[in-house]
Amino acid sequence: MKTFWRNLLRNRGAALGLVVLAVVLVVAIAGPMLFPNSPWRMVQRPFLPPMTVPGFLLGTDALGRDVTAGLIHGARVSLIVGLVSTLAALAIGVPIGAMAGYFGGRADDALMRFTEFFQTIPSFALAIVLVAILQPSIYSIVGAIAIVSWPPVARLVRGEVLSLRAQEYVQAAIVTGHGHGWIIWREILPNTLSPVIVLASLMVATAILLESSLSFLGLGDPNLMSWGYMVGAGRTVMRQAWWITVFPGFAILLTVLALNLIGEGLNDALNPRLARER
Amino acid sequence: MAEPVVSIRDLTLDLPLGGDRVHAVDGVSFDLMPGRILCVVGESGSGKSMCAHALMGLLPSAIKVMGGEIRFDGRDLLKQDAAAWADLRGRRIAMIFQEPMTALNPLMRIGDQIAEMFEAHGLLTPAERRARALALAAEVGLPDPERIIRAYPHQLSGGQRQRAMIAMALALEPAVLVADEPTTALDVTTQAQILRLIAELQVRRNMAVMFITHDFGVVSRIADEVVVLQHGRVVEQGAADAVLTRPTHPYTQALLAAVPSLEPPPRMPLPAENPAVEVTGLSKTYVSSAGWFRPKRRVAAARDVAFAIRRGETLGLVGESGSGKSSIARLLVRLIEPDAGAIRVGGSDFAACTGPALRMARQRIQMVFQDPFASLNPRRKVGRIIADGPVAHGVAPDAALARARDLLQLVGLDAGAIDRFPHEFSGGQRQRIGIARALALEPEVLVADEPVSALDVSVQAQVLRLLEDLKARLGLSMLFITHDLRVAAQICDRIAVMRKGEIVELKTAAELFARPEHPYTRELLAAVPSGEAA
Repeated sequence: MKTFWRNLLRNRGAALGLVVLAVVLVVAIAGPMLFPNSPWRMVQRPFLPPMTVPGFLLGTDALGRDVTAGLIHGARVSLIVGLVSTLAALAIGVPIGAMAGYFGGRADDALMRFTEFFQTIPSFALAIVLVAILQPSIYSIVGAIAIVSWPPVARLVRGEVLSLRAQEYVQAAIVTGHGHGWIIWREILPNTLSPVIVLASLMVATAILLESSLSFLGLGDPNLMSWGYMVGAGRTVMRQAWWITVFPGFAILLTVLALNLIGEGLNDALNPRLARER
Repeated sequence: MAEPVVSIRDLTLDLPLGGDRVHAVDGVSFDLMPGRILCVVGESGSGKSMCAHALMGLLPSAIKVMGGEIRFDGRDLLKQDAAAWADLRGRRIAMIFQEPMTALNPLMRIGDQIAEMFEAHGLLTPAERRARALALAAEVGLPDPERIIRAYPHQLSGGQRQRAMIAMALALEPAVLVADEPTTALDVTTQAQILRLIAELQVRRNMAVMFITHDFGVVSRIADEVVVLQHGRVVEQGAADAVLTRPTHPYTQALLAAVPSLEPPPRMPLPAENPAVEVTGLSKTYVSSAGWFRPKRRVAAARDVAFAIRRGETLGLVGESGSGKSSIARLLVRLIEPDAGAIRVGGSDFAACTGPALRMARQRIQMVFQDPFASLNPRRKVGRIIADGPVAHGVAPDAALARARDLLQLVGLDAGAIDRFPHEFSGGQRQRIGIARALALEPEVLVADEPVSALDVSVQAQVLRLLEDLKARLGLSMLFITHDLRVAAQICDRIAVMRKGEIVELKTAAELFARPEHPYTRELLAAVPSGEAA
């Protein structure tokens, strides 16, 4: 565990990513305490440029809403959607992949065709349709993102399980008389953890992007301020009031970049044999 | 006395910090003479491969050269740059690797790979290269050279691939040939042929050969001179005869003593009635579909195999790779399903059990695996690994862990090992853990699939002794699978020889070695390199 952290922090990109993510996390947790009012409230005159009126550091948008407050409340939505939808995708993908890889044969064929069915539909289009049908809300968004992002998890886990299944320690467990569930849960899955963690960290980033894109199109939860919604709402006045789109856009960029850097760092730290020489 | 071609002086290589020792190779000196074979012998981790890689300029970047020199052609190889190395490699110094399948490019025809040696050094025209490739293929004894130079590596057998590697190495008539365990991955009969080929070629071409091996049988067969390495230091060097017959260093003596003898020790015959395991008509054919339009490939791993293991007996199963001996082991413990046949263990047919009944019955017949590194789950503590089995069969976890402590002591490890992870143990220790795991269920029969072939000779002897001792103490019956006839001679009461899924000969060890009947058995016995100094 200690060496894991040392390896991770030795990677400068990953260390930077962790710092950025920590800042976003603190903002998401503590921010709403500093800005207790709803970010939807109109608090000043519209199109107030950044740093002109004290207390409105990043200005106001087309309806006179505080951009800073929106940014801070949006962090919470982005992170929750990113984390929860990734966990949900893992909850679907890991068991399907594990069963397909372990049992093989017909079960594998059936489960993989089912997985491919989801992979053949463009994921963003499917997400839009799902959210539109289920009515935009944070639950439908999380659900839609989870449904479009589990297939890669299933494929990855299946591949890992296929190779681990042939390992002698798994055969030893069979010879000892353990059941299938026990073998998958105790002998195989713990050893697939490293690549799954790496993939999950990148999936959080993708989920945040997906949520932003959905909100940008107006399919966000109407009660929750999100970065994507802010970019979408400000895009028509981008030339007159750049700050309405640029700050939330920058927040998305920074968070996603941080998660990608962490993902890459995790990959190097968890799979040291594959790490590039530096 | 002729001038040495290569002379290595005080070669010292450093391992990266945090390794188990500071120097990979420490002050090693030896000379390679033209027309002579020098064997570098040592156990795993002795630094013998590092010497070979230093001579080829193929050291990993983490290894630092700390001192010494390698003189060749009047210059120091350790000080030359990449361009000089590229010119030298293949042309003046060539290498043969251990695993010919991974050393050959799977997408290139054999002939093209041989011709590539000339191409890399900008020699000859394409037509001449082809002609030379053909001549070389013939010289290394590849059958039907015309056809074989158009073949891909996967179409060749292991021995043929190694011959192709040798042809590549010889292409530019190098002065020095480095062979890194070139026969370890091969069967005994093929090994004998390849050794003969290397010995012939080096005489004909007056090459200096540096031959890396861990096997004293190989040393006695081809070495002119021997260097024995231990922990990166030379402990003994000299003419092969002298080192093999009159070793002076205790380490060399221990290594030589650890080589099992081909002479089976006398054993008491065991009663044939009421055997522990009785196998009849066991058959298994692997069918692989090559594609939609190609016929299915059928490989018979077991053809109507029948044998019995008497109570308290060790039955050996020997054969070359692909003979089906590992399949028999896996059929016996039901890791693969037999097509037909019965396995009677203690009165019931184990082959007919299914579901929960099968899981309960598995307790009676346990397995020890080949690879001590792959057979223990890296994320479970040793105590859990051993206790898992009894827990699955209904023993209380605390009682199972207490029993795991006893078992660890029984196999010669410290009871404190239960709280450690497998990676903290050496290969031999891990194999002991694997044995403890198999014994935890108190089986009647132990199936050991090449349990010592991944271990160094000295460790091999200890593990064999442990198995023998445990078998006698616990009244076990054992099926012992090995490709090594020496090991079989030492541990088995009776030996079955397998070939292409069939048992061709089955008799007591003493009789098999004294009076082999089947021609294949005779061939196998003849190919075993003699370990006692010739």
